[in-house]
Amino acid sequence: MELSRKDILDMESLSVEEITLILDTADKMREISQRSIKKVPTLRGKTVVLFFYEPSTRTRTSFDIAAKRLSADSLSLSASTSSMVKGETLIDTGRNLEAMRPDVIVIRHTSAGAPHLLAKMLKSPVINAGDGMHAHPTQSLLDLMTVRENKGQISGIRIAIIGDISHSRVARSNIIGFTKMGADVIISGPPTMIPKGIETLGVSVTHHMEEAICDVDVIMMLRIQKERQQHFLFPSEREYSNIYGLTAAKLKKAKDDVLIMHPGPINRGVEIAYDVADGPYSIILDQVTNGVAVRMALLYLITGGTRNADGD
Amino acid sequence: MLTVIKGGRVIDPGNLDDILDIVIEDGNIIEIKKDALAGNEHIESKIIDASGKIVAPGLIDMHVHLRDPGYEYKETIETGSRAAAFGGFTAICCMPNTDPVNDCRQVTEYIVKKALKTDIVRVYPVAAISKGLKGDNLSEYGELKDAGAIAVSDDGNPVMNSQLMRRALEYSSGFNLPVISHCEDLDLVSGGAMNEGAVATKMGLSGIPNAAESIMVLRDIALCELTGVPVHIAHVSTKESVIAIRDAKKRGVPVTAETAPHYFSLTDDSIKDYNTNHKMNPPLRTEQDREAICQGLVDGTIDAIATDHAPHSIIEKAVEFDQAANGIIGLETAVPLGLKLVEAGIINITDLIEKMSKNPARILGLKTGLEIGKTADITIIDPEVSYCIDADRFQSLSKNTPFDGWDVKGKAVLTMVGGKIVFHDEHFALRG
Repeated sequence: MELSRKDILDMESLSVEEITLILDTADKMREISQRSIKKVPTLRGKTVVLFFYEPSTRTRTSFDIAAKRLSADSLSLSASTSSMVKGETLIDTGRNLEAMRPDVIVIRHTSAGAPHLLAKMLKSPVINAGDGMHAHPTQSLLDLMTVRENKGQISGIRIAIIGDISHSRVARSNIIGFTKMGADVIISGPPTMIPKGIETLGVSVTHHMEEAICDVDVIMMLRIQKERQQHFLFPSEREYSNIYGLTAAKLKKAKDDVLIMHPGPINRGVEIAYDVADGPYSIILDQVTNGVAVRMALLYLITGGTRNADGD
Repeated sequence: MLTVIKGGRVIDPGNLDDILDIVIEDGNIIEIKKDALAGNEHIESKIIDASGKIVAPGLIDMHVHLRDPGYEYKETIETGSRAAAFGGFTAICCMPNTDPVNDCRQVTEYIVKKALKTDIVRVYPVAAISKGLKGDNLSEYGELKDAGAIAVSDDGNPVMNSQLMRRALEYSSGFNLPVISHCEDLDLVSGGAMNEGAVATKMGLSGIPNAAESIMVLRDIALCELTGVPVHIAHVSTKESVIAIRDAKKRGVPVTAETAPHYFSLTDDSIKDYNTNHKMNPPLRTEQDREAICQGLVDGTIDAIATDHAPHSIIEKAVEFDQAANGIIGLETAVPLGLKLVEAGIINITDLIEKMSKNPARILGLKTGLEIGKTADITIIDPEVSYCIDADRFQSLSKNTPFDGWDVKGKAVLTMVGGKIVFHDEHFALRG
């Protein structure tokens, strides 16, 4: 089976079959990273451009490693080192990159919809590595992979996503991705951080964290950004942490086999307590490991690979 | 030579609605009656056969951006005037957010002179409420009025300072300069790019709540009551604003209001694929708001339809949605979009003409109407012709419209300013 699409822009546009294909392929790719020689020649001669208009460590490194493990040539471009600082538009930058014949363009951008604009203008495949508050499909896919790996399936599980839903592209993509794959999604956070109309995405909302975590299989905590204080979204980190931080005490109300996830970077002691982040329920680092496998799968599939081809 | 507009349905809201001939000489209407030429067929005259058409007083768009001076790559007084004539407007009011801002005699006079030289439609400059649109000091209304300003507005920016707004209302009343208010609480907007709600949430864009508009509408109504000076609310987009204006009018507050065709034609649901031709300020709202706008047009809460014609080039529009300029062009789509309301039975054709001609004239203190002795500013509309909107054929320099490709019915087929035909449809036959 092939992934017959040019771009990976958001979870909304991916079908259940496509998501399953990506996750199945990623499961196979994971093994490559466990070898002593972590490199296969599959994408030899292919070029992957990582165009990061917004700072990122985890996602960019993950894509970079994924490309290199498949023998693709990858190069990174950031906004500060690109012609964007000289006033070049996104479309012009994209066209110039395309003129150098890359095989995949991975883009992260501060504006929602920027990858969609680029995808519309370019013939090259575009993978969205996060656009504004809109979408982060590769994060959602690695989260789906991690839950499926740990729980055996996604359908029927219950997941709570807690924190600043309003400003989170991870929350949006996971709400769409998990509900599409048959999971129940509960979101929680202060009312200032729950965007209007979120229920139309098929989630339930509670402002009481205990209610959200008491009977779910997965708790996903979101990073709280200190600068949101200036927009009156919460009074202080202290109060936020008291009410919406995940602590060992609160975790006592959760299921015995609950899993704790976080897209990172974490603020220890704010949205998640030190001991909880490192505790037995945490699969936060599994997420990071699986991120490489998911991105390998996407680079492989988007350049025309099929599920049945051997990784070698 | 006489010009005779023959056999059209002549509608002058509150005055005429009949099949009549209009006779024009030296730019003025000299006769309105049935078979005006009967017995005088020998008199040499130019005949405009308007049978099956609607003959209306010249349409007035009281809210247009001509971008001249300063942004002539988007629109000029000339191209905007041509777009107006093409769309059936005989007069337009241009907002002051040019570069330099129209807040002084020189800029107002430049616009007036250039419009006279262009000589297509009547162009009435709206000057700035505050110097530089900055909201700090009043502009010099006495001088602006003398130079030819027809009203004042900080359109594009709200007047956030309530005391300045109060004084603007009071001071302007000394010159009979109407005040047009762009209602927007910038703190509530807080960088929003579209309407707040389910669609914005899904698209990951910051939302602009309805209250960002209605809170300022309510403030301006309060200032209107305080001062007793009329205020005109520009581009009403929300249900709450309609309710506020309706209540104020019931109390006898001298508030008037306009909406734009996009607010009764589209909702935020239409913003697919981050298409920046659906981005404007105020933003497209929800179906509930759209229905409230229609209701406001029906019951007279909303007096006028104005386009908020806002030309932008592809440079400002072919970019990321949150970075794209606000606004769409409207002069060449207003008539067919208005006629959609008529077709849907929401308002009748007389109401539409009233809101696009008589009421803007009343609010601005202009003389208009189809009466003997008046200047012949006339728009002829063919309500039956079906076609597809094609932005490439627009006269405007800019093409930023969400209505490109829409199937519509009805258009202006002839526009006459002071007895002179400034536009006529290529398929519309003239004799003589």
